[in-house]
Amino acid sequence: MKYLLLKHYRGAPASVNDAPMDQWTPEEVDAHIQYMRDFAARLEGTGEFVDMQALSPEGTFVRYDGEGRPPVTDGPFAETKDLIAGWVIIDVESWERALELSAELSAAPGAGGKPIHEWLEIRPFLTESSTATE
Amino acid sequence: MNESLLRELVPAVIGVLVRRGADFASAEDAVQEALIRALEAWPDDPPRYPKAWLVKVAWRKFLDSARSDASRRGRELTADAEPPAGPAPATDDTLRLYFLCAHPALPQSAAVALTLRAVGGLTTRQIAAAYLVPEATMAQRISRAKRRIADLPLDQPGDLGTVLRVLYLVFNEGYSGNVDLAAEAIRLARQVAALTGEPEAAGLLALMLLHHARRASRTGPGGRLVPLGEQDRSRWDTGLITEGVAILQAALARDRLGEYQAQAAIAALHADARSTAETDWVQIVEWYDELLRLTGSPVVRLNRAVAVGEADGPGAGLAALADVNPDLPRYAAVTAYLHERAGDLPRAAGLYAEASRAATSVPERDHLTREAARVRQLLRP
Repeated sequence: MKYLLLKHYRGAPASVNDAPMDQWTPEEVDAHIQYMRDFAARLEGTGEFVDMQALSPEGTFVRYDGEGRPPVTDGPFAETKDLIAGWVIIDVESWERALELSAELSAAPGAGGKPIHEWLEIRPFLTESSTATE
Repeated sequence: MNESLLRELVPAVIGVLVRRGADFASAEDAVQEALIRALEAWPDDPPRYPKAWLVKVAWRKFLDSARSDASRRGRELTADAEPPAGPAPATDDTLRLYFLCAHPALPQSAAVALTLRAVGGLTTRQIAAAYLVPEATMAQRISRAKRRIADLPLDQPGDLGTVLRVLYLVFNEGYSGNVDLAAEAIRLARQVAALTGEPEAAGLLALMLLHHARRASRTGPGGRLVPLGEQDRSRWDTGLITEGVAILQAALARDRLGEYQAQAAIAALHADARSTAETDWVQIVEWYDELLRLTGSPVVRLNRAVAVGEADGPGAGLAALADVNPDLPRYAAVTAYLHERAGDLPRAAGLYAEASRAATSVPERDHLTREAARVRQLLRP
């Protein structure tokens, strides 16, 4: 079963340890980055890793504006409620395992070397095939 | 089996098939299939004559696919499975392949992929893995590119500029997937420099060697990006530096300056210094002026401001930023650095944090976040 673990710049409930990263010490920044790398490496080791990506914080809205017209763009909006920072995709045996891994990711160290307790959003993938329900 | 030896044979084998009358697109496909066969079969059963083996297998693949195409098209063609002989290729097949694969009519990403496959001898799977796209996507990108260049006349002089740009793009991709693209780009640049004898091709090769010499020192523990000023210069590869400088000097002596030679000259001045303090920044600024004259590039203007900041002090660097477009991705990072050097730490910290949000790569973002944290720490009582 594949799950998407979403990290939010904004839109998730505030973390327990909520200091912005540039207010940490350089060593704390390094420790956090190392934790994320180790997390990905562990998932690869267990055969559960699918993908990990980070997104730029600046997004633009765009839509179709009719035949022969250029697309309309809008934004970026400083007030957008939900802003995705990045994701990890895992392929695991169970929902429980997905929760366990999400909690592990949320325990990444932040300011003062303490876990951030960041809220991550976990979303199951819809599968491509429907054989199971036939 | 030596995989790089196998790769080196690929363009020559394509050349043989084309000389025998195959069109480029089919020849390239057939050789790719033969290459995949070779990668499977050679480790257990290495052939005595690798090139002859590849030619034989590729030619058979080509005939098979020509026959099945012909039978799809209609019975009357089956007797004529072998295509008519094409125009005899010019003296240098390999160079023509470079020009074809990096043809200006192709989008850059396609030119990169096609060059890596047809002249680099990489498999579609390796290229896809290196560029983090599905193999089917990469295969499609390559076959679309081949369709696009199918009707182009082959006897016209190629565009060396696009060939060099493609190799430079490959080089900058570094180590990705299971292929060392930087090393691969150096191998190809070496070949193009030798085939063309052009000073700019030599300039690009020199630039690559000089950058490559610093590779080991550019990454710290945990993949951390180490900026030039903090690199352990004892880890620079002096062999590559010596070679790069010699190639550059020979190119410059021919008095046909171009952007790669100018960039290589800047890299050489860095390679020559024992520290940032001992670097000849005045001469680096002069080379940036040349580079700006040659390219008019806004990125060059930005980098020049950094060099001016080192040569004439941070105030002069900040002044040089006046005519730089602030929308450039690294603008905030450069401004932060110059303000820090000028002693304005609160401003520098804010700008580093802003720069980290504008970063276009993960290592760069992490580095700039760390810089912001470092300066904020200096500010704490």
